[in-house]
Amino acid sequence: MTATRDEIFRTLADPTRRAIFERLCREGEKTVTALTARAGVSQPVVSKHLASLKRAGLVRDRAEGRQTHYSAEYAALAPLIDWAHEMTGFWEKKFDALEDLLNRMDQ
Amino acid sequence: MNDASTETRTVIVEREMSHPPEKLWRALTQPHLISEWLMNNDFSPVVGHRFNLRGEWGGVLDCEVLVVEPNKQLSYSWNHVHEDRTYNLRSVVTLTLTPTARGTHLRMEQAGFLAHQTQAFHGARHGWQAFLEKLDTLATNLD
Repeated sequence: MTATRDEIFRTLADPTRRAIFERLCREGEKTVTALTARAGVSQPVVSKHLASLKRAGLVRDRAEGRQTHYSAEYAALAPLIDWAHEMTGFWEKKFDALEDLLNRMDQ
Repeated sequence: MNDASTETRTVIVEREMSHPPEKLWRALTQPHLISEWLMNNDFSPVVGHRFNLRGEWGGVLDCEVLVVEPNKQLSYSWNHVHEDRTYNLRSVVTLTLTPTARGTHLRMEQAGFLAHQTQAFHGARHGWQAFLEKLDTLATNLD
């Protein structure tokens, strides 16, 4: 679970890759050719980004004839959504440390 | 997707502690005490004072004191600036103290995270965990 989340963060940290993913989220299924037309980078670069996105489970591909169609895997975003839950855990631990400190302080 | 990318998040953690507000205030506002439970810092309880919280992971948080109401409320910004917005973190931490029959009710509210800022949070979390482990060891040795 943590390794997957790490990979999602790493994958989406790249602005070009994130733009490709966001476009698939907004506009639905696309071919590499269609994505390249507006990505501002060459087709091999887009293909490389799509391969990274696929490894992180953020996109899935579907072969149709000689074209491969890519679409966003919304469910893969779930690990990002529970961050607030983890942040709460962080502060709970900090409060533990604070309470420990208070117990050690005078007065 | 667009909604998720612009959403402001809030985290609230509350706890009643069996210590008076005055004592809690010291732990929240004296640099050497803050460094024992939170992070290394050059904090000063003066509105407008800019300071850094330095994490074990090498990250530095840029902060500015926003509210100082002795024994009642302390608020400061909690920002991590990075050229890549994925790593950017802009938030405000507000600590509110309310006296109770057995001590003090402490409420922490952190607001202003965005969905794109999870990376900074994640990096910070790893550093904090390592720091907490050290704190636990320190506390155990003192007992």
